[in-house]
Amino acid sequence: MSERTAAPAGQADGRTDDQADRRADRRAERRAERQAEEGERRADPRRRNNRAWLLVLPVVVSVAFTAVIPLMTVVNFSVQDIFSPGDRLFVGLEWFRSVSRDPEVRAAFVRTLLFSAQVLLLEIPLGVLLAVSMPRRGVWVSVTLVLVALPLLIPWNVVGTIWQIFARPDIGLGGWAVNNVLGLEFNYTLDATDAWITVLAMDVWHWTPLVALLAYAGLRSIPDPYFQAAQIDGASAWATFRHIQLPRLRGVLTIAILLRFMDSFMIYTEPFVVTGGGPGNATSFLSILLSKIAVGQFDLGPAGAFSLLYFLAVQIVCYVFFTVLTRTGR
Amino acid sequence: MGDRRLPWKRTVLWLYGITLLLPLLWMFGMSIRPNQDILGSFSLIPQRVTFDNYVTFFTNSVWYSSYLNSIIYTSMNAVMSLVVALPAAYAFSRFRFAGDKHLFFWLLTNRMAPPAVFLLPFFQIYQAVGLFDTHLGVAIAHMLFNVPLAVWILEGFMSGIPREIDETAAIDGYSLPRFFVTIFLPMIRSAIGVTLFFCFMFSWVELLIARTITSVDAKPIAATMTRTVSAAGVDWGLLAAAGVLTIVPGAIVIWFVRNYIAKGFSLGRV
Amino acid sequence: MADIRLEGVGHSYDGGRTWALRPMTWTWRDGRAYALLGPSGCGKSTLLNIISGLLSPTVGRIWFGDREVTGVPTAGRDIAQVFQFPVLYEEMSVYDNLAFPLRNRRRPKAEVDRRVREVSRLLGLEEHLRRRSRRLDPGRQQLVSLGRGLVRADVAAVLLDEPLTVVDPAMKWTLRSELKQIHRDTGHTLIYVTHDQTEALTFAEEVVVLNDGAIVQAGEPSELFLSPAHEFVGHFIGSPGMNVLPAELLDGVVRVGDATLGRASVELPSGPVRVGVRPEFVRIGPAGAASGPVARVTGVDRMGAYNLVHAEVNGHPVIARTDAATTFDAGATRVLRFAEGRAFLFRDAVRCGALEPLDGRAGA
Repeated sequence: MSERTAAPAGQADGRTDDQADRRADRRAERRAERQAEEGERRADPRRRNNRAWLLVLPVVVSVAFTAVIPLMTVVNFSVQDIFSPGDRLFVGLEWFRSVSRDPEVRAAFVRTLLFSAQVLLLEIPLGVLLAVSMPRRGVWVSVTLVLVALPLLIPWNVVGTIWQIFARPDIGLGGWAVNNVLGLEFNYTLDATDAWITVLAMDVWHWTPLVALLAYAGLRSIPDPYFQAAQIDGASAWATFRHIQLPRLRGVLTIAILLRFMDSFMIYTEPFVVTGGGPGNATSFLSILLSKIAVGQFDLGPAGAFSLLYFLAVQIVCYVFFTVLTRTGR
Repeated sequence: MGDRRLPWKRTVLWLYGITLLLPLLWMFGMSIRPNQDILGSFSLIPQRVTFDNYVTFFTNSVWYSSYLNSIIYTSMNAVMSLVVALPAAYAFSRFRFAGDKHLFFWLLTNRMAPPAVFLLPFFQIYQAVGLFDTHLGVAIAHMLFNVPLAVWILEGFMSGIPREIDETAAIDGYSLPRFFVTIFLPMIRSAIGVTLFFCFMFSWVELLIARTITSVDAKPIAATMTRTVSAAGVDWGLLAAAGVLTIVPGAIVIWFVRNYIAKGFSLGRV
Repeated sequence: MADIRLEGVGHSYDGGRTWALRPMTWTWRDGRAYALLGPSGCGKSTLLNIISGLLSPTVGRIWFGDREVTGVPTAGRDIAQVFQFPVLYEEMSVYDNLAFPLRNRRRPKAEVDRRVREVSRLLGLEEHLRRRSRRLDPGRQQLVSLGRGLVRADVAAVLLDEPLTVVDPAMKWTLRSELKQIHRDTGHTLIYVTHDQTEALTFAEEVVVLNDGAIVQAGEPSELFLSPAHEFVGHFIGSPGMNVLPAELLDGVVRVGDATLGRASVELPSGPVRVGVRPEFVRIGPAGAASGPVARVTGVDRMGAYNLVHAEVNGHPVIARTDAATTFDAGATRVLRFAEGRAFLFRDAVRCGALEPLDGRAGA
């Protein structure tokens, strides 16, 4: 404020006017938007009919059986100390406290978060780049689509196997090439960094196609005149991407980011096959640690508490992502 | 649009294609070599080509039956998920009812549950109800993540179909079930195809849960593969051959749906 | 700027089996306002996209003045084009949308600002300059698209592909006259694609009629109306379209059934011809009046300011436009007369001569 009053009067007036204008504009816009939204809600053409519950019932039953009951079991585990099926003790939130303070769990949490962040940073731009490069029409469309989709239909442990073989310095082309062509010491079974890189490379190889296909579907929905207009307006390839393609990708990229976050945060099979969580704890992500505690050590109480905290963490991060992604740039 | 002016697009595609195919080809190359050659010395091209690994796969009942197991429970799961999800998706796209929004979001949150969370309870519950080590058991367990997904995809496509069609059919005297089967389902053919594809995909690739609730009779191929380590070390050739064979069903499915992939991945929401 | 010349330009989407645009040679003269008129699917948009370079023609060469641009990409051609539906850079403000074509060409900031303000004043968008473009109503969105076409001062031509489809009717009138004004002010060559004859006739200095991938006639609006060179032009322009009567030409005399209509204005081999005459130039005389085709009135449409009389000559429908005051009973028999110099002879849909009164020539 003081700065503005200190400026030459005319200029200051101009600026404040301008800003006030702009603010008023924005306010009006927001009001219009709210009204529009409300109108939409009122104009919701869906009929109110509570018998629709009957149609939803099969889903509710199946999800209850596959999700709710197991989850209740987990809750049940998490508040008891179970010595044997007949011998258990109610311990309240004790397990939650101990699990959330456990340095191993915390380390795995940070590790997993870091992994998810790297996955998103690599796969989203790569996927978009790939989608932009894919042909929009012609005979090559089918070929490219089939090839790109291929990694998604390989069982996850086979993806692990493929990379387990490929990255080995003795029998794998990738590992051999890094050692003998690039001349870098590389062995993912011994070196923590190498193991991390291998798992990351594997995930990028495995999941970038999902981002690419989602983005491609988004790009395909852009009508031709948009690209023609960009040519007429003399837009560069970058400007075309920035102002036409990217804005149209907001929706699909939100989906892509959410899916990729969830799945990378829950990753289990692929690193389990390749590194088994090692060397040391280098690639032991939350899932791997959890199944070690649950199935390996059969510590039901801590495993239950761990599971619930884990589930909660996924939901919280997803919620944050979703909120941020749908709010920005509206 | 401007493809001929921008060779970088083709460069990106070629680079990607090579990165994509190299590990796959390498595994294939591995599957047609005898184990001595794999471990003996590094070579780019197989020196001796053998199909012994594939012969072993198809003559050993542990291998080929677990391969069949996977195909059976995956197909069952896809059909079951679809049948359960269809009416629900229709309800979400056509009616408002108490708690509809919350229910929808709650369904989706189940997609966020780490499979590792469900290992122990699944193990216990499925044993208790007699579903342990059955195809049906795995198919039901995989509904955990496939049903929410199926409802979500189908709802997206169904919302794109005008409601006037339902109303017209009602005026013409169609009952809801008859309308749904004879008119509505044919209209969302492609959505059904897309949903089956996604269900197949996620069930086919899953290992953790499938392995936990099976032991012999319904053991998935993926689980058999994790047990190739014997006293003699890893049987790399057989492992690679099994790996190659698990890619085949997926590749076939993709080939059939190739014309719907682009639309399918928009999930009816673009 | 310069003339835009098409030399044997044609386009085929299927490798030459069918032509979306038949090879044509044609010059768009500099600074004129053209309307490109034709039914949908006749090749209008293809022609436009070839001029702007969005499409490379299968055959032929394109010249801007004495510069050949056949292989020059769109950006190098300095063409502005507006599409049928609004195309916006949705996350940009209206101002940025309008400035976009200039900024891409690295114009100085002051010039950009000046041009944007001029164009927005012209289109009545001044109050909306700061708004996000996708929040505007479709009509205004189209104005923004139009504005992006007009904002560059140095274009060779402005191509408008049915730009007013989404604009509401009241705005359409205003905009069309605005466009005319803009054309007068800037002197740009304008090519305005439409399938609406009123739009074409009121807007353009010259109307080019396209049918089935070929130009069938070009000329001033009145010319197209008064002397159609092709049956298609007769049908497509005017409401209702031109009447066409199958007739017989024998030694220069045109007859329909028993009645003699007149004679051909030029030497033509005998044989069947078709006589085309607009409803405006069909007069209805009393029964038994001077020689002429006998028509049976089948009905009258009252249009308010005038009547359309439907009749049949030898089983072929003919429409005449008459005063609102005149009335005819259905079933009445009358003799038709065609206004002098307004009835033409067609063979294979192409005009081959005019119909002249028998005595007219004898008297001359």
